[in-house]
Amino acid sequence: MNPFEWKREQVMLSPKEADEIKTTTCYMCACRCGIRVYLKDGGVRYIEGNPDHPVNKGVLCAKGSAGIMNHNSPARLTKPLLRVGERGAGEFKEIEWDEALSLAQDWLGEVRRTDPKKLAFFTGRDQSQSLTGWWAAQFGTPNFAAHGGFCSVNMAAAGLYTLGGAFWEFGEPDWDHTKYFMMWGVAEDHDSNPIKMGLGKLKTRGDAKFVAVNPVRSGYGAIADEWIGIRPGTDGLFALSLVHELLRSENVDLDFLSRYTNAPWLVIENPGGADDGLIARDADGNPLCWDGEKNQAVNALSAEAKPVLAGRRTLEDGRICVPSFDLLARRYLDPQYAPDAVAERTGVSAETIKRIAAELAHTAFSEEVVIEQPWTDWAGRKHERMIGRPISMHGMRGISAHSNGFHTCRSIHLLQVLLGSIDCPGGWRYKAPFPRPIPPGPKPAGKEWSPNTPLGGMPLGNPTGPEDLLVDEDGTPKRIDKAYSWEHPLSAHGLMHMVIHNAWKKDPYGVDVLFMYMANMAWNSSMNVPGTLHYLTDKDKNTGEYKIPKIIYSDAYYSEMVPYADLILPDTTYLERWDCISLLDRPISSAHGPGDAIRQPVVKPDRDVRPFQDVLIDLGARLGLPGFVDLEGDAKYPGGYSDYIVNHERLPGIGPLAGWRGEDGEAHGRGAVNKDQLDRYIENGCFWSEEIPLEHQYFKHANLGYLDYAAGMGWIPKAEQIVLQLYSEPLQKFRLAAQGHGALQPPEEHRERVETYFDPLPIWYMPFEEAVIDTDSYPMHALTQRPMQMYHSWGSQNAWLRQITARNRLFINEETAAAMGVEDEDWVWVISHAGRVKGQVKLMSGVNADTVWTWNAIGKRKGAWRLSVDAPESTRGFLLNHIISELLPAQGDGLRYSNSDPVTGQAAWFDLRVRVEKCLPEEAGLTEPTFDAQPPPPGSSAPVDELTYGTQFKKEGRDAGLPMTEWIGNRREASKNISGIADGHGNKTGHGPKGGHK
Amino acid sequence: MTSLPTTTEKKLGLVIDLDICVGCHACAVNCKEWNTSGHSAPLTDKDPYGGDPAGVWFNRIHTFEVREENSNGRTVHFPKSCLHCEAAPCVTVCPTGASYKREEDGIVLVNADTCIGCKLCSWACPYGAREYDDSAGVMKKCTLCIDKIYNETLRPESRVPACVSTCPAGARHFGDLGDPDSEVSKLSAARGGYALMPEQDCKPVNRYLPPRPRKKEAADIGASAEVRAKDGNLEGAGLLARLVDRVLSR
Repeated sequence: MNPFEWKREQVMLSPKEADEIKTTTCYMCACRCGIRVYLKDGGVRYIEGNPDHPVNKGVLCAKGSAGIMNHNSPARLTKPLLRVGERGAGEFKEIEWDEALSLAQDWLGEVRRTDPKKLAFFTGRDQSQSLTGWWAAQFGTPNFAAHGGFCSVNMAAAGLYTLGGAFWEFGEPDWDHTKYFMMWGVAEDHDSNPIKMGLGKLKTRGDAKFVAVNPVRSGYGAIADEWIGIRPGTDGLFALSLVHELLRSENVDLDFLSRYTNAPWLVIENPGGADDGLIARDADGNPLCWDGEKNQAVNALSAEAKPVLAGRRTLEDGRICVPSFDLLARRYLDPQYAPDAVAERTGVSAETIKRIAAELAHTAFSEEVVIEQPWTDWAGRKHERMIGRPISMHGMRGISAHSNGFHTCRSIHLLQVLLGSIDCPGGWRYKAPFPRPIPPGPKPAGKEWSPNTPLGGMPLGNPTGPEDLLVDEDGTPKRIDKAYSWEHPLSAHGLMHMVIHNAWKKDPYGVDVLFMYMANMAWNSSMNVPGTLHYLTDKDKNTGEYKIPKIIYSDAYYSEMVPYADLILPDTTYLERWDCISLLDRPISSAHGPGDAIRQPVVKPDRDVRPFQDVLIDLGARLGLPGFVDLEGDAKYPGGYSDYIVNHERLPGIGPLAGWRGEDGEAHGRGAVNKDQLDRYIENGCFWSEEIPLEHQYFKHANLGYLDYAAGMGWIPKAEQIVLQLYSEPLQKFRLAAQGHGALQPPEEHRERVETYFDPLPIWYMPFEEAVIDTDSYPMHALTQRPMQMYHSWGSQNAWLRQITARNRLFINEETAAAMGVEDEDWVWVISHAGRVKGQVKLMSGVNADTVWTWNAIGKRKGAWRLSVDAPESTRGFLLNHIISELLPAQGDGLRYSNSDPVTGQAAWFDLRVRVEKCLPEEAGLTEPTFDAQPPPPGSSAPVDELTYGTQFKKEGRDAGLPMTEWIGNRREASKNISGIADGHGNKTGHGPKGGHK
Repeated sequence: MTSLPTTTEKKLGLVIDLDICVGCHACAVNCKEWNTSGHSAPLTDKDPYGGDPAGVWFNRIHTFEVREENSNGRTVHFPKSCLHCEAAPCVTVCPTGASYKREEDGIVLVNADTCIGCKLCSWACPYGAREYDDSAGVMKKCTLCIDKIYNETLRPESRVPACVSTCPAGARHFGDLGDPDSEVSKLSAARGGYALMPEQDCKPVNRYLPPRPRKKEAADIGASAEVRAKDGNLEGAGLLARLVDRVLSR
C-alpha cells in the first residue's frame, strides 16, 4: 500500500456492543442509582445510567462509570482465609468454605450459648441493615450497628427528633420549584447524583439563588451564586443569628407554626420541679395550648383550637405555662445571637448575615410558589391551592461531623420551620416512608439478653426518655459502644468508631468475637489509626491471648482491615450479587412517592467467594437462630439472600420488597409473598416506584389523603397529623433527670454534661476539642472530604479513578500560608494534640483563612489494595485519621469522653485542631507516619503493568448507521427560557419517577 | 499533508455549560469506559496499580481558581476534549492522511491503520486535545462516540456521546452546530456560547457557555439589604407583646 494514498476509513457506526444488557443497582457509593450493564463475550463492556430509574434518570457519576475497574480489581479476595501468622502480619492460609463456616459457627455458637453480648457485630457501608440488624437480634446480642455513628447520625437524629424526616434519604429539596437553596457544610457526598441533577436544574431554570455555606469552596460551591466560607463548627451560630433576624422583624410564618408545629404547645414553668419544661397535657395526655378566644387551655391537637403563641398563663390546676414559641423567641431574640455578636466567631460578616436573612424573608414571604391543586388537610378542611415558601436546604457530613452537630442540624431545621418551608412547594420535602412520628418508633432493644435467646426487638431505635437507655442500675452502659448510655443517649446509629477501643479496654466489658463487614476499621474508618492497630494486636500479658480474642471480617477486597482479622469471609463484587434496597431500611423513594430496588447478579464470580448476606443467612441456619430455621430445624432460606428477599415477612404482608406483592403480584406495600417477585423487579429494571397523586405530594405531615395512604402502607401507626417538634420534650426529660428528678438519673460524673446538652431548644457551643485544647498551639481547623469521583467509593484501588487522584495535598489559604512563610509544594507537618502527619501543601484562595483541609481516604497503607509499594497513595498520600483522637483529653476527674457529639455519639471528625509547621529540608518528599507493608494475600495474582481493557471486545466489521439523535441536556429547563428548544423526553427530563406501576 | 473537506454536511459537536459543571469527572470516566472498548480501543493504562499510573483519556477536567474584582474569587471546572475544528491543524499536518475530518458530520478521527505515531498532530493542536497511546504507537482522540451516536443497536436515548448522556448536572449538550436552527445552536446563541482561543483560527465547533451572572447582592433577587419588619411593627421584644393577644388558627 502506498502510505501517501489517502484511503477513506470505513468506520463501523453500528457495532453490536452487547450480547445482553442487564439492569441492576450501582454500589460504587451510597446513592443506589439504577444502571444498565452491557455484557459481551462474558465480560462487562459498559455500564450506563438507567434512564427509567427514579434516582438517577439515566445519568451516572465517575464512580459508577468506573465500576468495571472495581469489578475486575486485582485487590479482590479469592477464597476464605485463616490467619496463620501474628495479627497484622498478613499471613494467611486459604481454606474451604465448609471449614470457614464451621469455624465461624463454633466461635459464634459458643458465644450464643454462654453470653451473647460478647459478640460485637458491626457492619460498615451495609445496605442490608434490615437483615443484619434482625440477624443480630435473633442471635441475641445488643451489640449491633452499622457505620452511621461515624457518618451522619447527627443529621439523621436531629431531623427525626424535629421534623420526622431528615436530609438525604428521608427528604430532598423541591428542585422544580425552589427559589433559594442553601447547602450547609461539606455535602458533596450523599445523594450525589440527585443533587448534581437538582443543581443543574435550578441553575438552568435561572430563577433561583444557590448559597453554599462551607469552609471550602468545593465542587458545588464553585457553581453557587454565593459562597460563604464559614469557620468550621459555627454553622449553628450562623443559623441562629438568621433566626434572630427573622424573629426580630417578625418574618416568620405564624400560621404555619400554629397549624403544623408545637410552637403553641404550653410548656410548664416550675423551676426546680419535676415537671419543669415538660409539655402541659390534659388527662388524656393531649398537649395543651392557650385558646385566645376562649381564654383557657384547650387540646392543642384539636382543629378548633385558636392558639396564641406568647404569654404566661395559669392553668386551672394552678400550673404556670407558656407557649413553647415564647421560650423560643425569647432565647433567640437575645443580643447574643445578633449578627454583630456572632460575626467574628463565625467568620461571616454581620452585613452578610443581615443580608442573607433579608433574602430568606423576601423569598419566603414575597416569592410564594403556588400550585393550583386542591388538597385536604388532616382535619378534613379543603384548601383550594398549595402555597409554598420556596426555600430549601440541605446539609450532611460537614454539619454532622462536629461535637455540636446535633444542635447545629436542629438549628437549621428551626430556620426552615420558622420560614414555613417544610414539605411545601419549593421547600424541603419528605421522601416516603417519611414523615413518621417524632421520633419514630420503636425504642432500642437490649436492656436484657440471655443465652440462646433472641433480643426483645431490633438493637437500634429512638429513645424518648431516660427509661429507654441501655444502662445498668448504676448507669454503666450495656452496649460495647456505650450507645444509648448517659454519655450519648440518642445514639440512634450506634458508635462503631468506639467498638475496637472499648473491646480492647474491656470498658464496659470485653468481647469474644468481633464480627465486621465492609468497614476499613484498621485504616480510614477509624480515628487514631496507630492506636487502633495497637488495640487490634495487643495481648493479655498473663494469657498471651489477644485482648480482642477472635475477629471475623467480610470484605470483597484486600483492604487494610483484612490482615487484622483471624477469619476472612470473601464477599463478591456488586455485579455478582443479590441485594435489596428496602423500605424497611434505606429505600430509593423520592418526594413523589415510594420506591425500592434490587441488585441482581449480572455476572458469575470467577473466584471462590460468596455474597456476605448469603453467608450470614447460612450462618443463621447453622446456629439455629429463630427465623432462620423452620420448626424442623432446617434452613428456612436455603436459596440464600434472594430466597429471603422474596419469602421473609417482617410483619404479615410486609417484607423486604414492597412491589408486586400478593399471589398475583398486583399488590404494593402490603401483600402476601409472591414467588415471582424478583422476576417482576427484573422486568421493570430492578426497581419499583409509585407516584402518589399530586394532591398528596405536599404538606404530607398534615395531608389527610397522604396520612391515610401512609398508614395503609404500614409506615405510620395511625393516620394522625405529625406535629413538628421545635421544642423537644424528650431532650427535656433527659435534662430533668440530670437535674435530679425521677428514678433514673445519670451518674454524678455525667450529670452536668447531660443537663447542658439536653436543652430542649437548639443551642450552639464551641466544638469540644477547640474548647479544651490550647488554641494558640493549635490555631487551625482541619477538615477532610472525599473528591466527588471517589465519595463513598473504595476508589483508590480503581485503576481509572486513581489516575485522577492518587495522592492528596494539604490545602491552605494562600494568605494564611504567606503569613506562615509556607509556599506551594512545601512539605509540612500537620500537628494535633494527638500526633503529627506529614504532607505536601497546595495553596488556594477558596478556603476559610483559619482552615486547612485535604482529600480523605486517598492515603493507603503500603501493599494494601494490591497497589505496588511505591504507589503515590502510600508514599505521598496521608490520612488525618492518624492525628484525630477517638477520645477527648482527660477532664479534671480523669474521665475521657469519646470524641463524639454528647447527644448522639456522632464521631466529631471535623472538630480537629492543628498547627502547620514546615518540614526540615531532609524530611521532604515522603509522608509519615508509615506502616509496614502488607504482603499480598494468598491466591492473588500480581497486578498487570499495562491495562488494555476493551481490546477483547473489539471486533472487525463494517456496519451502516442511523442518523444521530439530536440531544440536549436539561431540555425541560432550557426550553422555558430559550425559544427553539422543545420540551422533550431526554434521559433526565422526566417529571418525576416512573415505575412499572401507576 | 492531508486535506480538509471544504464543507461538511453537519458540524456535530458539544456545547458545555461552565455555569453548572461541578467538576465531578463523570464525563471523563464514562468516556473512558465507552471508548476503551470502542472505535479506538483500547485506551491503554500504563502502570495502572503502580507508582505512576497514566493512561489515555479523551476528556480531562481542569480545575483552577480565578481572581475577580470585588469578589472572593471563583473556582472553575473546565472539561476539555477535542473541539472538532473546521480548520483542524491536526488534520492538515498529518503526513499520512490518518488524521481526517469526516465530510458527513465534521467529526475529526484518526485512522489507526495509517497512523504512524509521528505526533505531529499533537504538536499542531493548540488545545492539547490529542492523546498518544504509547503501547499501540498510535495517536488517539475523542471520536464524539461515533460508534454510539449512530448505533442502531442502542436505545435512542443512548445514541449520544457518553460524556453527554452521563453528565449528572446536565452541563453537556450534543447536536449539529452547523444548523442555526438546531437546539444546540439556539442554546449557544441564547447563552453567549464561545469558541476557545479563536485567535488560533482553528474554527472549533464545540462551544462553551460562560457562567451566568451570579446573584450576589440582595437586589439581585429583589430583596432588601436587611430585614424589614412586617406590617411596620416594632422590632425585637415587641414581637412577644404583640403575640400575647394574637389569636391564630389551626
